[in-house]
Amino acid sequence: MSDDVMVLAEAVHKSFGRTEVLKGIDLSVRRGQVVCILGPSGSGKSTFLRCINHLEKINAGRLSVDGQLVGYTERGGRLHECKDSEIAAQRREIGMVFQQFNLFPHMTALENVCLAPIKVRGLSGADARKRGGELLTQVGLSDRMDSYPSQLSGGQQQRVAIARALAMDPKLMLFDEPTSALDPELVGDVLDVMKDLARSGMTMVVVTHEIGFAREVGDDLVFMDDGVIVEQGDPREVLANPRNERTKQFLSKVL
Amino acid sequence: MTSDSASTDVAKGAPEAIKAIPVRHPGRWVAMAVIAVLVAMFVHMLITNPQFHWSFIWDNLFTPPVLAGARTTILLTVGAMVVGVVLGIIAAVMRLSPNRVLSTVAFLYTWFFRAVPRLLLCVMFGTAGILYQHLTLGFPFDKQLGDLFGLNVDSTILTVDMNTLLSGFMAGLLALGLSEGAYMAEIVRAGILSVGDGQAEAATALGMSRGLTMRRVVLPQAMRVIVPPTGNEVIAMLKDTSLVAYVPYAELFFNYEAIGSRTFQIFPALIGALLWYLAMSSVLLVIQYFVEKRFSRGRTVTGTGIRLAFLNRGKPSTVGGADV
Ligand SMILES: Nc1ncnc2c1ncn2[C@@H]1O[C@H](COP(=O)(O)OP(=O)(O)OP(=O)(O)O)[C@@H](O)[C@H]1O
Ligand SMILES: [Mg+2]
Repeated sequence: MSDDVMVLAEAVHKSFGRTEVLKGIDLSVRRGQVVCILGPSGSGKSTFLRCINHLEKINAGRLSVDGQLVGYTERGGRLHECKDSEIAAQRREIGMVFQQFNLFPHMTALENVCLAPIKVRGLSGADARKRGGELLTQVGLSDRMDSYPSQLSGGQQQRVAIARALAMDPKLMLFDEPTSALDPELVGDVLDVMKDLARSGMTMVVVTHEIGFAREVGDDLVFMDDGVIVEQGDPREVLANPRNERTKQFLSKVL
Repeated sequence: MTSDSASTDVAKGAPEAIKAIPVRHPGRWVAMAVIAVLVAMFVHMLITNPQFHWSFIWDNLFTPPVLAGARTTILLTVGAMVVGVVLGIIAAVMRLSPNRVLSTVAFLYTWFFRAVPRLLLCVMFGTAGILYQHLTLGFPFDKQLGDLFGLNVDSTILTVDMNTLLSGFMAGLLALGLSEGAYMAEIVRAGILSVGDGQAEAATALGMSRGLTMRRVVLPQAMRVIVPPTGNEVIAMLKDTSLVAYVPYAELFFNYEAIGSRTFQIFPALIGALLWYLAMSSVLLVIQYFVEKRFSRGRTVTGTGIRLAFLNRGKPSTVGGADV
């Protein structure tokens, strides 16, 4: 059973100074599952996502990806902090897509996609470009490979960012509101790419306000509020008749 | 058919190009006239005043001591800038390190070398040979530790005579390079801080190490902010190498002063030096222009703040022009 679990969070706590942002998150994401996280602003969705690839250090609880503790190794019943290189190795297996895309503006789309595979995975330039070309074609940008980010629309940039993350062959993809910074008519293209990815069996944790996406491809929907998970279940179920009062309130505003 | 569409274009009233009478600027014409007269007077003075001794200046412009001096000046400029840029990057990265000891050391370094005049540094490095006669390379505190255990320890690997090491050239190079490093540190730091957090974060999330992130993602973007002031630093350095004359060491200014006092043509010798510095600086200005163009790559399509500022000033829309 545990072989089947990709992400396992047990009582995860995170504070910034004195403010506690995550107050005990329990969540398990099975291999191939798409979990959508919904919740009001400031509820800690981004923070939780960032904990999963150790961009933030958790203060208490346990968090593991593919059976490996994030940022620590356990030896003789004690936790040892991982070296930077070990943490980097863990992050390689986890792709992340940001709300603001964060493409490297001094590189073309193809260079963005190829940088980490060449420098981190040690792929040859030719192999990386071949694979990068395939990925950019997959996200519908075969004709924009040599464009700089500033020459691309927001939706195109976000699709390059997805291709860049996929180029590392991650076993898990994290999306932090990938369509929130986009004009409405550009959202569809990005969601289509994500839907294809979900159907291909990628394990995904997606923070989003796109109810339609959650309903269509989500296997599980998690509603977060004030640092805890207040409701969780089948998206169609939760969206149709939410049980928690705060979920009801939030959905009445979003829907 | 074609004539049809053309006539409809006109019929739809594609408006006639505007032929307005431009605003007159009489003030500009007056100013230009005044300036023209002043320039003419100045040129006349340059040519007719015998103090300038143009033939003397010309005869000395390419003599061996002048050429040797110019070569030294160029070497000093390049050398001091290389030392300065390397130190500056190291100090800037240290300054931004989460390690408090490293950031404090970097802060103290920049504070000290920005607070001390370069001329003073040059003279002091020139006389530092008095302070330490020899520079010894070995295990730190070897003698003291040896005494502590009653042993006669000497781990000296290498001994160098300070007067040889701190030759005039090295003294000048170190004085200027160390000083430059402090200024470059501030420039590099501003450049690094100008790159959004999201960039390093995206690189980190891809599994890139801190060093790789710095080299491939942050610094190349910081270049856009670092390069223009660095160009100015190079030009300032070219001029500041004249301070090395007081180390003392024979660079361009030193040699021209020597020519001046030997021939009693002090002022013409200074003019000769002036022409050399003018020419070399001008070459650097041209290089700076092209280098800046190169480093604004990937930023030229959407209007950045810099570009908008230029547009508002009514200048051509190049990014980061060479304003010196
Ligand atoms: N680096 C930080 N330092 C201090 N406080 C932080 C930091 N990052 C996040 N916070 C705080 O943690 C809380 C949760 O932030 P988080 O970004 O996780 O919320 P979110 O659910 O993603 O909200 P949004 O929908 O607006 O993105 C907020 O109150 C925020 O101010
Ligand atoms: Mg967020």
